[in-house]
Amino acid sequence: MAELGIPLNNSPPANLVGASVADFILLMKPRVMSLVVFTALTGLILAPGQLNPVLASIAILCIAVGAGACGALNMWYDADIDARMQRTAGRPIPRGAVSPEEALTFGVILSIGSVTTLGLIVNWVAAGLLALTIAFYLFVYTMWLKRRTPHNIVIGGAAGAFPPMIGWAAATGGISLESIVLFLIIFMWTPPHFWALALYRARDYERAGVPMLPVVAGADETRKQIVIYSALLVMVAFLPAFLHLGGAAYALTAIVAGGVFLARALTVHRVRDGRAAERAARRLFAYSIVYLFVLFAVLLLEAAFARYLSLSGVSLA
Amino acid sequence: MSDEEQREWERRRKTRSIAIALALAALVILFYVATIARLGGNVLNRPL
Repeated sequence: MAELGIPLNNSPPANLVGASVADFILLMKPRVMSLVVFTALTGLILAPGQLNPVLASIAILCIAVGAGACGALNMWYDADIDARMQRTAGRPIPRGAVSPEEALTFGVILSIGSVTTLGLIVNWVAAGLLALTIAFYLFVYTMWLKRRTPHNIVIGGAAGAFPPMIGWAAATGGISLESIVLFLIIFMWTPPHFWALALYRARDYERAGVPMLPVVAGADETRKQIVIYSALLVMVAFLPAFLHLGGAAYALTAIVAGGVFLARALTVHRVRDGRAAERAARRLFAYSIVYLFVLFAVLLLEAAFARYLSLSGVSLA
Repeated sequence: MSDEEQREWERRRKTRSIAIALALAALVILFYVATIARLGGNVLNRPL
């Protein structure tokens, strides 16, 4: 039997020294995985009812592995694009460390393994959502939209928005308005996040033939869209406070952090030339990650605190 | 392929094999622990 694509005759591949374990970990996009784990955990903790901690840990592990599968499958399909972009040229496939066949095999095994395990051990609604996420990311975003339309990350962003819904479904066995709101926050966050990156990486995307908004519609239109989506995001981010998913601390955080987000988006819109424009886009991109992390962290902490109080028998009423 | 590259290839293959073995062992433990967690106290509820 071939071992992850290594030939049967025990001889090394012609152009490879062979992949290291670290290369396979890189295929799973660990940084993306960490954000997925965090948002899925938030969905799971916020959900009503209690899931056995062991089963909850397994659910999070499966979601993380499913996200890793998306990364591997994406790197398999996009290896040609990755090789042409400065930001991604060092990934395992363009570097020659992992063959595309190995990445595909790895991704498929992780996909089937994570979905099946989540279904068998936790529930099939969560497993179905995880399968949908992987399929959406691979077939809809990577294969269909990414190379065809500047709306690629607007629609494709749904794949990255599913994890809190999966976490919620793992705990409750279903989908609810609250979990859809968590989905919407990440969904609305994705366009300004990636367009800020695309603004200062436009040449990279152009060289690779990826029709990101700055490449197709220009930087000014992208700046306008960033402001529009940022305003929508800040509004959507208030919804958890109205639905009592978040309390006073969350509402305050949503106001302050949302205000900073809008201010940075407006700076990107205002400053259009030279290094200052690039710096503004970089600052919005970096801040967008902090923003999402802080929103979910506050939701998570408030839910954990409330749960601790209820377990201790303390009533806030 | 030079001797050094051959040795590196063998070293990486060995590390990958160990990683796969550990992943499989972890899966076995995971399913065992999950079974116990799902059954809860009922795991002891059987005729002796």
